Amino acid sequence: MELAAAKMIGAGIACIALVGAGIGIGNVFGSYLSGALRNPGAAATQTTNLLLGFALCEATGLFGLVIALIILFT
Amino acid sequence: MALNPMEQFTVRPLFAEPVLHIAGHPIYFTNQSLLMVIVALAASLFLTLAVKPGRLVPTRGQSMAELSYEFVANMIHSASGEDGLKFFPFVFTLFIFVLCSNFFGMVPGSFTITSQIAVTFSLALLVIALVIVTGFVKHGIGFLKLFVPHAPWYLLILLVPIEVISFLTRPISLSVRLFANMLAGHTMLAVFGGFVVSLGAAGGIFTGLAIAPMLLIIAIMLLELLVAFLQAYVFAILTCIYLNEALHLHDHH
Repeated sequence: MELAAAKMIGAGIACIALVGAGIGIGNVFGSYLSGALRNPGAAATQTTNLLLGFALCEATGLFGLVIALIILFT
Repeated sequence: MALNPMEQFTVRPLFAEPVLHIAGHPIYFTNQSLLMVIVALAASLFLTLAVKPGRLVPTRGQSMAELSYEFVANMIHSASGEDGLKFFPFVFTLFIFVLCSNFFGMVPGSFTITSQIAVTFSLALLVIALVIVTGFVKHGIGFLKLFVPHAPWYLLILLVPIEVISFLTRPISLSVRLFANMLAGHTMLAVFGGFVVSLGAAGGIFTGLAIAPMLLIIAIMLLELLVAFLQAYVFAILTCIYLNEALHLHDHH
């Protein structure tokens, strides 16, 4: 019983990693928008970097989520 | 928890009999193998048949095939330069395979190949092996200069181990990124699907409330379609970036 409770708590703690991913993704898009509004001409050339930054950011948070899922379901 | 949302990721053999034995290990034909065959067949058949007639005014299918070709060619050209185009067949195959696997996985009831770490890690190992072989063929032993950035010697003591570690973790981060995105997305869909089922079964006013998670699933589905494309794109463009480093080391082209 205690083991099951500890697993649940551990899974919850592992999900804290998603906080960082949320902040990171917000930062990526926010910085892109503020840059794009200052210099709209250069905005289209940076979409690759935008998507790359988004994906790299999101992945770091998902590492934590996968740990949580592994704890819960294995 | 009524339904296990991880159940969709189980690999089951389709036939009770193993297809062949390799060194005493039975090799089964699983639902994953079936989906892989379907994805490979569908992608190659579509891409060959759509451009076969070579019409001057393309149909929708032909322009889809041509657009994907141009998209990948532009991506390689911008990320790894002119001589990166030698690797076009590899990167294009990788991109189309991952893209089709992700999209076939979005069909309800099917199986997502890329949600298996074994598959994505094999793909990532293939990429890293190609990068290492390319680097050594192109630069010989000078490829090891990749791990020595331009910096004073006292910083190099710190920087060289960091560069080596970051190179060695690339296959892990490349594979876990794709795997984790697919796993998390499909688990989320299954969890919200479970909400719909349990609310619908609760009866009374709750049955009507089941429409709310239902609408949310549609929104998440759209997000997952975006993620499915984006992850295939990121996988391909990171391959290009790694290949660029192997081709040009640190000098900018």
